[in-house]
Amino acid sequence: MTRNLHIVLLVLAIGAGTGTLAAQSLNSGLRGPTPLNDEGQASPMAPTRNTSEREVRNYPEQPPVIPHSIDGYQVDLNSNKCLSCHARARTGESQAPMVSITHFMDRDGQFLASISPRRFFCTECHVPQSVTNPPVSNDFVDIDTMLSRAAPGGRR
Amino acid sequence: MSADDSKAAKEGLVRRAWAFARELWDVLVRPSTVFGLGVLVIAGFAAGVIFWGGFNTALELTNTEKFCTGCHEMRENVFAELKSTIHFTNRSGVRATCPDCHVPHNWTDKIARKMQASKEVWGHLFGFIDTRDKFVDKRLELALHEWARFKANDSLECRNCHSAESMDITKQSPRASVAHQRFLFTGEKTCIDCHKGIAHHLPDMRGVPGWQ
Repeated sequence: MTRNLHIVLLVLAIGAGTGTLAAQSLNSGLRGPTPLNDEGQASPMAPTRNTSEREVRNYPEQPPVIPHSIDGYQVDLNSNKCLSCHARARTGESQAPMVSITHFMDRDGQFLASISPRRFFCTECHVPQSVTNPPVSNDFVDIDTMLSRAAPGGRR
Repeated sequence: MSADDSKAAKEGLVRRAWAFARELWDVLVRPSTVFGLGVLVIAGFAAGVIFWGGFNTALELTNTEKFCTGCHEMRENVFAELKSTIHFTNRSGVRATCPDCHVPHNWTDKIARKMQASKEVWGHLFGFIDTRDKFVDKRLELALHEWARFKANDSLECRNCHSAESMDITKQSPRASVAHQRFLFTGEKTCIDCHKGIAHHLPDMRGVPGWQ
């Protein structure tokens, strides 16, 4: 008898739960107005920032971001399109910044004649930027701003 | 027995063909006794128009994307790679098909190129690049031919659509406008010097000037 009652209660609970789910349109900020159980429309692709001006790094160790479009750039075993401008020997003609000297080091700290194989695939760290409004704002504060505050390490 | 028969028949055929050819030649060198000169000239002109039109139509037929991708060597290697590039799909919907870049547009250059391309038919028949591995092994050599051709004719096929005169550098990205002013407008370089691998994947670029 109690077992039957349990089953009835369980069915009621599930029914109530699905009813509520169907009735309300659950949504989170990033998804926009699309209900959680629907697939929304893909947002339009943002254009790539395409300039020749370097961007300021947010912290010294940050891999510099790519300020230009890299559509169709082939970086694989056969060739590296990035290096056809950024390689040491190419910078005179291209006026592009040279690949950092750290990229010539192997894992033992030995400097090689050209880019170390472990640093060959540029887009593992360096990425192009798109011109768009980020859906989530960023409250990162760089170290110079931090140090210039009246009470260092104080209010964020 | 039957082999002897067929041999005899073949000899008979050769003899008869030879006799026919000689008879035809006799007819051709004899002046016409039936048709007037005017009729012959006009008929010859009409036949010439039909022949020339047919020749050109056939030539144009070999100048289409459909014809080029008729062979699996092209369809599965270079054409597959073209599909992801801007010369295949782009915002304005203009497509550069195979002959736009690989066959010159003016007549004499086109015929010269077509005669060169007969080597490709030979290569297809004897399977020079009939597997992916063979194609990859030969890719650098094939690419070097194309680069040499573009370099020699000052990137003529690029300039069928892209001319330096009609290029608005203010509409270009700063990088592109600087590079075009420094190298293209001064004639120091031609398109292919910088724009290698824009329509197909690149081969192993070690040893190619400007690449690592």
